[in-house]
Formats: sequence, structure tokens, C-alpha cells
Amino acid sequence: MSGNMNLTLKIWRQKSAKANGQLVTYPVKNISPDMSFLEMFDVLNEELINKGEEPIAFDHDCREGICGACSMFINGQPHGPKKGVTTCQLHMRSFKDGDTIVVEPWRAAAFPVIKDLTVDRAAFDRIIAKGGFISVNTGNAQDANNIPIPKIDADLSFNAAACIGCGACVATCKNSSAMLFVSAKISQLALLPQGQVERIARAKNMVAQMDEEGFGNCTNTGACEVECPKGISLENIARMNREYFMANIKE
Amino acid sequence: MKLDSKIPEGTLEEKWSKYKASCALVNPANKRSLEIIVVGSGLAGASAAASLAELGYKVKVFCFQDSARRAHSIAAQGGINAAKNYQNDGDSTYRLFYDTIKGGDYRAREGNVYRLAEVSANIIDQCVAQGVPLAREYGGMLSNRSFGGTQVQRTFYAAGQTGQQLLLGAYSGLQRQVGLGTVEMLARHEMLEVVTIEGKARGIIARDLVTGKLERHFGHAVLLCTGGYGNVFYLSTNAMGCNVTAAWKAHKKGAFFGNPCFTQIHPTCIPVSGDHQSKLTLMSESLRNDGRIWVPKKAGDVRKANEIPEEERDYYLERRYPAFGNLVPRDVASRAAKERCDAGFGVGNSKMAVFLDFKSAIERYGHNLAVKLGVQNPTADQLKDFGKQVVEEKYGNLFEMYEQITGENPYEVAMRIYPAVHYTMGGLWVDYNLMTTVPGLYCLGEANFSDHGANRLGASALMQGLADGYFVLPYTIGAYLSKEISVKAISTDHEAFVTAEKAVQAQIAKFFTIKGTKSVDHFHKKLGKIMWDKCGMARNEKGLNEAILEIRQLRDEFWKDVRIPGTNDELNPELEKAFRVADFLELGELMCMDALNRSESCGGHFREESQTEEGEALRNDDKFSYVSAWENKGDGKYELHKEELIFDVVHPSARSYK
Repeated sequence: MSGNMNLTLKIWRQKSAKANGQLVTYPVKNISPDMSFLEMFDVLNEELINKGEEPIAFDHDCREGICGACSMFINGQPHGPKKGVTTCQLHMRSFKDGDTIVVEPWRAAAFPVIKDLTVDRAAFDRIIAKGGFISVNTGNAQDANNIPIPKIDADLSFNAAACIGCGACVATCKNSSAMLFVSAKISQLALLPQGQVERIARAKNMVAQMDEEGFGNCTNTGACEVECPKGISLENIARMNREYFMANIKE
Repeated sequence: MKLDSKIPEGTLEEKWSKYKASCALVNPANKRSLEIIVVGSGLAGASAAASLAELGYKVKVFCFQDSARRAHSIAAQGGINAAKNYQNDGDSTYRLFYDTIKGGDYRAREGNVYRLAEVSANIIDQCVAQGVPLAREYGGMLSNRSFGGTQVQRTFYAAGQTGQQLLLGAYSGLQRQVGLGTVEMLARHEMLEVVTIEGKARGIIARDLVTGKLERHFGHAVLLCTGGYGNVFYLSTNAMGCNVTAAWKAHKKGAFFGNPCFTQIHPTCIPVSGDHQSKLTLMSESLRNDGRIWVPKKAGDVRKANEIPEEERDYYLERRYPAFGNLVPRDVASRAAKERCDAGFGVGNSKMAVFLDFKSAIERYGHNLAVKLGVQNPTADQLKDFGKQVVEEKYGNLFEMYEQITGENPYEVAMRIYPAVHYTMGGLWVDYNLMTTVPGLYCLGEANFSDHGANRLGASALMQGLADGYFVLPYTIGAYLSKEISVKAISTDHEAFVTAEKAVQAQIAKFFTIKGTKSVDHFHKKLGKIMWDKCGMARNEKGLNEAILEIRQLRDEFWKDVRIPGTNDELNPELEKAFRVADFLELGELMCMDALNRSESCGGHFREESQTEEGEALRNDDKFSYVSAWENKGDGKYELHKEELIFDVVHPSARSYK
């Protein structure tokens, strides 16, 4: 087919968490521009299996940009060169014939490599478990329209809640900071009337767990906001800092 | 074995309240010593696990993803129905119940569906209390939109990410319990066997997907909340990992499979672009609120959408179904698209697509906004910009998604869409308690067969998943566990656990000894093609008989020639896929058998032999007003059991949306 591409891939291969890894070069041929980046990986893996080699392990699931599972660091950028998309939404039309593409896993101490491009992001779940919720048991709720919420607050809260927990913010940050992720959840709940009761404990506990997991601090570089596939705003970090500061004063 | 649906006595309105008032309870001290296993962490699994842990039970949750938050409920776009009647447009519990029964083409149980409609309003309350940011109007109240198969606005939403927001709400409740130590969360674990002791479900065998180690886990009860099996078609809107394995293992251990052939083909998906395609992407049904579906009036018209004048367009849904127009239910819309494409009116390179056009919506909204902003005599460009603003506010993320995949801008050119496999109404047979035919084994959410009959209405999957998990199972499980309070936790050294683990080990060993020449995907794609061609949007006796033989042959080839690279003792995605495809290869046959048995058309199940002169589905209530519940007799043999459907309140009539 016309317009199809031949590319050179340099992919991080690592047998297990403890093994040493290295970049391995794989040529791929006849790649259609309509393929997604992960479909190109499917093609490569099929070839590797047919040749009797081990396919490349990578996390992926929904393939429509919402589950947050896919996580490749492509040519130095999480989720590749296109803004506002996850790797599964990146299409090969973003590349050109003859390109060399380097693909690495997320790199952060708090996200250890499991195999090849698959990393362990359980630290995010542990942070949410420390306060990323409103303590309301099933059956406690009042009528949903009893508390009117200004549209602007509901919209801002929604924008923060759109985070998919992929970890691109951590991967791109020179400090491996998780502040964009943590602040998105803190903001979502701080902006809503329902979230007020636990506001102080939430900020303190989530930040403490974030530090405990070994994520770095924020130096306001802003790379996280640029690379976030869901456009989570840096303003959330400012809001989190205010929340955290107020929590410590009120204590 | 006689199937007992255990529907409580009394009028529809009384059934659930009477049940709740009289069902057995477990006291708090006893709850602490009762252990419950939940497999799957989507809307049904996460909501059930959190609610059970809040009640005081000891809960273990398993999911194959790396985090509970990634379950595929997250991808639901459009919304969730609830009979709140906030719009004052005549909605009620009864009307939601009625729409769901009718939408399901009279193949669901009245009692279950009424309960679903009853608890629907509580779901919205619960989610808002959790901080789920549902869309609001300027006055601060919740916003609604309409979905197919209804004439009221009862769908709550969060832009095009309703599933994400609801799941993250349930996940936050789950993580809260993890933090409190009442839930043990085991991510990257796949359930590969149900353990039964003296006929009761008592645990599972799960594989740690990182180390490959098989683990034994005990529970006084086991909940399967493992989603649908649409991936049997290979191409579907499901996530890559969605599978039938947990449900299928349970089926082989005695759980009957209900209505396996009831599959929902969603009308508005992005068409297939090539052989490399790994999944299909849905464009939310909510788009049919404002988008109009059409094809050219002339067959084989190769002009672009914008070049075809208004009078040469066939808005076939508005033409055929004037009362519901573009908002007919999914099965009707899908078949109508197939009919036009098969007749040669399809568009795009493949000719297997129809247009979904927002031109008139952009014009209409443009005028509205101009009036609102007080702009006098706006220019055409201004109107278009205003219209685009409004459409972007409503559907922005969907439009972006479309553009990323196709490289076309849907604000300027009509979208091209085609039906794709989306949801499975069939699933494990359960009674009113959500218990399968194996005592102590429950099934919730899409994985069970219960509430949607032969066709699910849009925005009802989220409703059912959360209804089951938050408000139904926490009550009904008490009825069973109240009799289990004297049962001490059974050691996983018990012979039943040992045998079950050995069976899984044997299957793993078998996979690695085949050393064949073809990848798992090779077989999966072939199976998908058989299913789509012969057990897809239209089915007939000849095709189904052929499909059964072809699947058997493919299954034999799979077990002789599949190649699984790597080893068991590591993260091995190919081995995971092999387990899933092995089960799909059995399920596919059963789906065809079920479709063959049901020689009527109903909902998403369209038998070509059973249609009206106008090409509408023709039900046969005299012969088929029952749930097909298939028992696995081993060695590829199945026995059909029938649960008669009794309609006391809604009298089945020809379903008309005209």
C-alpha cells in the first residue's frame, strides 16, 4: 500500500525487575499510517512470536485513551510526540518513513520495571487509599440535588477528575514528582461541597504517602502539564500546596 | 434440575421492599468472620466490594489489570439512567421499568427489572455524595440528556466520560476500604478456577500474573463481576483484556449460562480501517441526540458528504421510525445501518459505513446562542462558530477522539460510523438474589444475564452494574451467609483446592507442550471472523450450523498448533491470552447453539428466517418466551433448561418505534 512506512525501533528489553535491561533494535516494515502505535507493536510481536522469539511486554487495555494502562516513553516523551493523547491513541501518521523510534518504560524509582515496558504503578493506588475519597458509606446519601453546586465548580472538579492515573507526569518530571496526579484528586474533592469535611486530613495524608513512596518534589518546571494526556492543569498543584499549607496551619 | 428464579411474591411495587424487610441478616460480629471473594473491579465489583467491606465482611478483590481503576467500565461514555424525574417530563420508576422491559424485547424478568428501576435513583445520590462530578446546569442542579429507546430525559452524565467518573467513584470507595484494612486488593491476578466444596463455592485459584505462581484463596462466597464476553468476536469495543474466563470456569463447575447468543451490536462505532485493527472505538449513543444519520439516496454515490445536497440524502432512521427517529434503540439502529450498506448505499472507502452528521445541530445551536448573546443579524460564519462552541461543550472529547483515529475533523465533515460488538446481554444465569446455580457463587453486572433481555438500552449498563453492587447484592448475600455463620474458614490445603490447582497446572503444562507454529491472536482473529459473519448482526440456520463445525475445527487446530513463547514463571501476556482464547473457543460454539435454538428474532438476536415484510424483527412469544439456561455436561455437551418468563404487568406486544 502506498504511504506505508519502514521504521527502526529501539526498544527497552528487560527480562525481570532484577535483570539488567538494554535497548534492542528491531526494524519494522510496511507500517500503515492508520495503525495505532500499539497496533504496530502487535505486528512486531506477531513477527517475534513467529520467529520463536519472546514478544515485548507492555501494558495496555482499553485502547481508547481512558483506562490509563498504556505507558510508553517514546523518543523522550511519555505517550509520544502528539499532545493530549495516550500511546494507544497515537497513530503512525505522526511518524514518517525511515524514522528511528526509541521506546522506553516509565523511568521513576517509585515505578519499578516489571518486564520490558511494563512498570509497577501500585504506588498511585496506595496514595488514593490514604485519602482520595469521601467517606460516605453506601446508603448514607441524601438526594443528589439537595446541594446545588455552581457549574463552574462542578466543571473545574470534573477537569481535575479526568486524570487517568497513567503516570506520564511522573515519567516526564526530572524529579519524578507525582504532584500533578495527587493534586488532581485533592483538587477534585476540595472544589466540591461534599469534599470539605475531610479536606485537612486528605491533603496531609495523601502528601505523606506520596513522599513515603519515593516520588520527588515539584520545582515548577511544568513538564507534567505539557505531557499530561488529559490536560490536567498545573493550577491543581498550586491548589494542593494551599490545601497542604492550610492543613498544617489548622492542625 | 428445575430453575427457580426466586422472585418474591407480591405486586411489582412490593417485591423488593418486602424482600428487604424480611430477608435474613448477619449480625456485625459474625460478619467479621465471613470472607468474601470478589473477582473483577469494575462498577459491579468495586461497588460490591466497598459496600460489603463497609458492612464488616472480610473481602478480597482480584483484577487482572495493574490497578482496580482500569476495569473496562471506565470506558463507558454516555451516561447512566435513573428514574429521578428531575426534568419533570413524566419519568417514574414504572416508566424506566417499562422502557427497559420493552427495550429488551420482552425477554427479561419483570421482578428484576422493576428492582433495578427502583434503586436507580439511589445510585445517583450515592455517586454525588462520593464526589463524582456529574454535569450540572447553571443553577447548580444536575443535568440530563436522552438516550435511545426512551422519550424522557433521564440520563445523567459527566461529559463523554461517565463510566470513568462513576468507576473512579466506586474505586475511591474501594481504596478507602483497602486503606482501612477491610479489603485486600490483588491486582495483576487472574482467576482460573472456582473451588467448590460439597456443592458450594468456597474459593478460587488465581494466577499471579507477575510471578506466574498459582494461589489458593478461600471465601464463604464468591462474586464474579467480570464483565462481558464481546471479545469472542475479536473486534469489539471491549478492552483488549476483557474475557469470559472466570464466567466460563464457573460454567464448567455447574453455573448455567443464560442467553449466550444475546449480543449487543452498537450502531455508532468508528468503522474498521484495515487488517491491523485490534479494537473498535465507540462513538457514544449520546451523539444521536444531535447527530442525524443518513446515506445518499443514490446507491454507490462516491461524493463527499458535504457535496451531497439535502434533497439527495436519505435520513433513513427518521424515515422509517418517525416517532423515535435517530433515537431508536441500538438493535434497531444497527440493523438499519446494515440494511442500507448491504443494499449498496454505504459510504467511505469500505462502503461499510453511514454518515452521522452534526450540520443541522451546529446550525440550530448557533441560532440559539446568537439569540442568548443578543447578537443581531449574525453572519453565517458567526453562527457556525457559535454552533461549534455548543457542540464542543457537549461532545468535545468524542469529537477529538474521532479526529485522532480517523484524521478527519467532524465539525467540518460528517462522521462515518458502522455497528460493532459492544455488550453482551447474556451471561451466567442468576436468580433474584444474583446467585448462580452454584450455591454461594454470585454473578453481578454485565457478567450475569439478568436485566436487559435481548437488547440493552443505552446508559443502562452503568445503572445495572452499580445497582447490583451497591444496593442489591449487599442485601441478598445476607440471606445466604446467615446460614454460613458457623462455617469456619476452610484451609486451602483442603483436597478441593489441591485438585483445582492441579487442573490449572495441567492446563498450563499443556499450553507449553504444544509448541505449535501460530500465535494466539491468529486463532482469536479466525474465531472472531466466524462469529461476526455467522453469529453477528444477522443469523440463519445454515450459517449457524456451519459456524459450529468451523469453531470445533478451529478449536482442534488451536490445541495442536498454538505457540506460547516464554515460560509460566514470569509476566507472560501470551499465556494470559491463551487461557482466554481457549475459553472463547468453547463459548463461541455455545453462542451459535443458542442462536440456532432460538429461531425467533428478538432484540439484538436477528434470525433472518423470522422477520416481518418490512424487515423488522419478528418475535415468537408462544415458543420462545423463556430464558435459555445452558448446563455444561462436559466433553462439549450442553443441556438446555428453560426459565419461563411471566409477564403480569407489561403485556408483550410488537415492539414499535415507528
